[in-house]
Amino acid sequence: MGFVSRGFRGRRRADGPPGRVPPGQYVVTDFPVLSAGPTPDVPLDEWRFTIAGEVDDPVSWSWDEFRALPSERVTKDIHCVTKWSKLDTDWEGVSLDVLLDGVDTAAEYALARSYGGYTTNLPLEDLLDGKAWVAYAFGGAPLEPEHGGPARLLVPHLYFWKSAKWVTGIDLLAADRPGFWENYGYHNYGDPWLEQRYAGD
Amino acid sequence: MAAAVDETPGVRSLVLDCPGWPGHLPGQHVDVRLTAEDGYQAQRSYSIATPADGTRLTLTIERIADGEVSPYLADELRPGDGLELRGPIGGWFVWEPALGGPLQLVGGGSGVVPLMAMLRARAAAGADIPARLLLSARSWDEVIYRDELERLGAGGGLEVRFALTRAQPPGWTGYARRIDHDMLGEVAWSPEEMPRSFVCGPTGLVEAATRALVELGHDPATVKAERFGPTGGPG
Repeated sequence: MGFVSRGFRGRRRADGPPGRVPPGQYVVTDFPVLSAGPTPDVPLDEWRFTIAGEVDDPVSWSWDEFRALPSERVTKDIHCVTKWSKLDTDWEGVSLDVLLDGVDTAAEYALARSYGGYTTNLPLEDLLDGKAWVAYAFGGAPLEPEHGGPARLLVPHLYFWKSAKWVTGIDLLAADRPGFWENYGYHNYGDPWLEQRYAGD
Repeated sequence: MAAAVDETPGVRSLVLDCPGWPGHLPGQHVDVRLTAEDGYQAQRSYSIATPADGTRLTLTIERIADGEVSPYLADELRPGDGLELRGPIGGWFVWEPALGGPLQLVGGGSGVVPLMAMLRARAAAGADIPARLLLSARSWDEVIYRDELERLGAGGGLEVRFALTRAQPPGWTGYARRIDHDMLGEVAWSPEEMPRSFVCGPTGLVEAATRALVELGHDPATVKAERFGPTGGPG
């Protein structure tokens, strides 16, 4: 046993069912807001979502076109690198499997782009096979702007900074390109179960 | 921990000696990890309150009543005790004198901590970079670093304004409400002066202040924000 903090016992909160909370995380019941700048104001009649990059023909949806796509309601646990986890969060969104259906690409990487300039990168396979959504509702109500509305990426198996707020598109890339926080020392992949918080973890 | 300083009734600064500390930029934070005898661990992030100074750095801890880590740091930790920390972390919400100004700082409660690291770096460099701080607190007794801010504000080049939201001392001439659009319109640099803006505090304050700065004409890309709950960093 290594270092011990003299006199520290901890509160040992009941942290939900076993196997639900990754190492170093604690469970919250509120929904903290974390972002690096002002919340962008995105009118729905100007909103677009575009898949571009290593594709023959970029595909793009207006808000009405996007909302006409098949959507799902999913319940997921989310894990923020700042140590909070929130269990059983309730989202509605369009699966990336739907958005990427018919997109012909040799790309292996993706860079999500947001209104306001935020970016985050992840392997394309982490967006596929029922692992990622563009979510427009939380708890049955339209997604609040401070939580990423009109729509945010939802990739719950990675730390939540990968779930880009205010998302407006995905660039498919042949080579990996670090996004915003990935350029500021955060882990390139961000698996909460491996505690990949910072570069080198 | 080398020493502790009581800042306000709910806030204590920890002066730490960290052998091998690589240095940091004002605005960065550290992760603190506590370990109980049976191996149980808890981690939280805390902003660094001081600019780089060899192996010495100061964390300022606000005691969260139902918190797990902050009560230990604020009440239990004694000089001579060890503490595990990791950092520095974060490279976005940072400023150093070489970046220039003007500097526009807006803080609420313990959100002043990373802003204070910037102001202390400015003072330590003898920099005359124009700077303004608008700081919100519930009452005069809850203003963290109050005496030092008044002293720095008297030194020229730095204007410090306070907004006391719950209670004001007799004869108070400062603001007596939450930070809002009109207040920032009065005290913030104009967009033409191209300030670097840093806003740190609870979510409500940060949402209001960053929105107001954008409405007042500031380029959103020049307005950097750090929001808490009890933590800082990305989502």
